[in-house]
Amino acid sequence: MSGAARALFIREWRIARRVGGGASIGVAFFLILVTIMPFALGPDLALLARLGPAILWIAALLATLLGLDRLFQADADDGSLDVLINAKLPLELVVLVKCAAHWTASALPLVIVSPLFGLMLAMEAKPLAFVALSLVAGTPALTMIGAIGAALTVSLRRGGLLMAVLVLPLAIPVLIFGVSAASAASGGAAPFAMPFLMLCAFSLGAIALAPFAAAAALRHARE
Amino acid sequence: MRLRAHDIAIERGGRTILAGLSFEARAGAALIVTGPNGAGKSSLLRAIAGLLPLAAGAFALEGGASEASIGEQAHYLGHADALKGALTAGENLAFWAGALDGDASSGAARGALARLGLAPIADFPVRALSAGQQRRVALARLLVAPRPLWLLDEPASALDAAAQDLFAAIMREHLAAGGLIVAATHAPLALEGAETLRLGASQGSAA
Repeated sequence: MSGAARALFIREWRIARRVGGGASIGVAFFLILVTIMPFALGPDLALLARLGPAILWIAALLATLLGLDRLFQADADDGSLDVLINAKLPLELVVLVKCAAHWTASALPLVIVSPLFGLMLAMEAKPLAFVALSLVAGTPALTMIGAIGAALTVSLRRGGLLMAVLVLPLAIPVLIFGVSAASAASGGAAPFAMPFLMLCAFSLGAIALAPFAAAAALRHARE
Repeated sequence: MRLRAHDIAIERGGRTILAGLSFEARAGAALIVTGPNGAGKSSLLRAIAGLLPLAAGAFALEGGASEASIGEQAHYLGHADALKGALTAGENLAFWAGALDGDASSGAARGALARLGLAPIADFPVRALSAGQQRRVALARLLVAPRPLWLLDEPASALDAAAQDLFAAIMREHLAAGGLIVAATHAPLALEGAETLRLGASQGSAA
């Protein structure tokens, strides 16, 4: 069973890294979002530094959702899903492994570049570290919640927008605690530890529960 | 080993497309499902693989592994090839070998590709291959993981005459080794002793 999981992870990773896979496009999209903010808000460095954590978190949220709509749809279109359903791996684990590969290929690069992009928002070293840490803890929850939306819209042709409409409201708690943890260093409302632990709890809960919801949606969509 | 279908009914979109269908497929003899478009050939194969719910009736695989579902003991080859265009033919097959609990070594994938005459293109991305070559890569999936029941939906589509002969030989080998084949097709598959199940006008009568 671990061999099957490894084979699936390697396949997903390869597809994401190759042309049109979308992993590097997510980072480019993240960069564009962060770059246009100073143009919209003006060159007030104090304001940018104060809004920096929120901007980085919203950009990360949108960039994470960007690649997720094809998470299962590509497999449904080319018939892979029919075979995966009857593979040795339970469908719940298929979902989990695909999400793990998607997170590693798409969300982890965002976490790594976020301190770099935060520099463009005039942020200090400590807030940058807090943003990166809160993204590490929070993005797994975003990926897993997005996977439910991707599974629900798997049989729809233009499901990407509907998926965003379904998933973004569910991502609000993650966003609240993510920004709260990230802005703790720059005089936020709460100390870092409490919202950070909430983020970890969201991610662990989503990793435990979302595969069952997504797998149920996929089984239903095949009928 | 035998696949028995008892009083099967299948509905799609509120419409009954198969009802009261019973048949039996034995190891060593292929069952060819024929019938006009829309007769329910593909739906029947998907139902056997567990991809479509049954409105009534049941399938049973006698002599199979009791703890695994029929779908987990079957290779389902549908209209789509289940290949990733961005990956090479060898990578696609190595993945399916691993995911289907077959021989995940790269030698097994290469052997299966060579068997279908695809050894020279093993390292090319699948999207660069022709439709017939892609179909042959999909057929090679049947060889990298041993499963007793093959459910084939128009397996010979896009294949040239030589590849059809090659695949007929592979199917005969599978049958000779005690495997089962249920194939939906319009074209003859050149299998001796195959039984025919006609869907449509004379629904449910296995000849």
